[in-house]
Amino acid sequence: MADADTPVLNLPLDALHRALGARMVPFAGYAMPIQFEGIVAEHNWTRTHAGLFDVSHMGQLVFANIDDARLETLLPGDIIGLKQGVLRYSMLLDEAGGILDDLMVTRRGGGAGGDLYMVVNGATKHDDLAVFRAAGLAPAHRDDWALLALQGPEAVAVLERLAPGVAALSFMRGGAFEVLGHPAWISRSGYTGEDGFEISVAADAVEAVARALLAAPEVKPIGLGARDSLRLEAGLPLYGHDLTPAITPVEAGLSFAISKRRKAEGGFLGAARILDQLLNGPPKRRVGLKVEGRLPAREGATVVAAEGVVGTVTSGGFGPALGCPIAMAMVDARYAADGTKLGLDVRGRILDATVVPMPFFPKSYVRTGAPR
Amino acid sequence: MTRYFTREHEWVEVSGVAGTVGITDYAQGQLGDVVFVDLPAPGKPLTRGKDAAVVESVKAASDVYAPVSGVVTEANAALDADPALVNTAPETDGWFFKLTLSDASELDGLMHEDAYKAFVASL
Repeated sequence: MADADTPVLNLPLDALHRALGARMVPFAGYAMPIQFEGIVAEHNWTRTHAGLFDVSHMGQLVFANIDDARLETLLPGDIIGLKQGVLRYSMLLDEAGGILDDLMVTRRGGGAGGDLYMVVNGATKHDDLAVFRAAGLAPAHRDDWALLALQGPEAVAVLERLAPGVAALSFMRGGAFEVLGHPAWISRSGYTGEDGFEISVAADAVEAVARALLAAPEVKPIGLGARDSLRLEAGLPLYGHDLTPAITPVEAGLSFAISKRRKAEGGFLGAARILDQLLNGPPKRRVGLKVEGRLPAREGATVVAAEGVVGTVTSGGFGPALGCPIAMAMVDARYAADGTKLGLDVRGRILDATVVPMPFFPKSYVRTGAPR
Repeated sequence: MTRYFTREHEWVEVSGVAGTVGITDYAQGQLGDVVFVDLPAPGKPLTRGKDAAVVESVKAASDVYAPVSGVVTEANAALDADPALVNTAPETDGWFFKLTLSDASELDGLMHEDAYKAFVASL
């Protein structure tokens, strides 16, 4: 969140959000829509139709092709082996293996003209840029671009009408398209657990693109509130809450993002600690919790077991599509097994909770090889 | 019966020393979808301006303060079964609790409906 004395900047769609009746709040240094119609209505609309999210606060960075090996010193993903048009989820790490940010990186085109396109979190983008520059990398920060996410089961039908060919992309694939004559980089990705797309366009073209998408009967504008409840139900961790510099990728349950070659070779910041945790197990783990009753446990609530405090809730709330409270917590690894019964201290009341597998709500991604 | 309002968007309807407390339509609109209301138990003493209840919306937990001091006599059981009553009927069926006022002179510091409407319009 922005500090009180930090000026709040406006994003390219500010006027459109306000015209659509958004309630605006400061977030990551920008005025952002927290909700339009209401969080539950927006959440359920996205799960059944298509929701349009403005995520232009996020950092869009472009690295020259030659930066692959140097980039690999900062994150545990296989960048050198990343194929053209493929997205990879990765994390920027510190010396101790703590997570400085989580991100998506895509190779856009091969050969001399190719580059790496990276999307990082809005609240951390300036710190990330400093880390990259200190490591001798000089990504271009494309703050002249905007970013939209169109998410939900009807997203593909809507976007195919405006950008023919996008339906052929499978999950975690991207390509260059045109929308209303504007160049756009479109990937089949998102952070709601639904099928959907992320659309990068020039800031001066984004209002026309957003209006065209919103003109579709399947599409409604969705705010940050539903974005949070959707990602929580999908079991997706949020940077600054479920992921911090005090947490490693192994502890966060994100070992899948450490590529096989990188596990064998190491050579990234924090590798010693992370490889040790992969071998011997981490001392703590991120877990999903299903909470009895209707009272939600929020971020910061203490997790207790018979022996005392064993962890902390890192994000929590009410799962609108599930109809019950859910939470993510970082707990002592001895209490991380599915089915473990734990207590959550909410204002002195101990709520019964059970460790459950995530996602809480099944994901609907369109994988490679699936019918198109 | 007279209804009074606070600047924190609670209402209290008073008949003699018996009061019924809830939150206003403006407040529920700000909170969004309510999923749980943590109500004070009968017998609990409340102090004017101090914590009385907690409203959990999908968005966040929000404190509700006692508009007047007194002792709780009843919590609205209907909110356990249907917390969304706070959204759909905040100033009628979605009341929070009843109490016995301990100092009726505290009402002098509260707003009547016209003053509250003007206050909300100024926000």
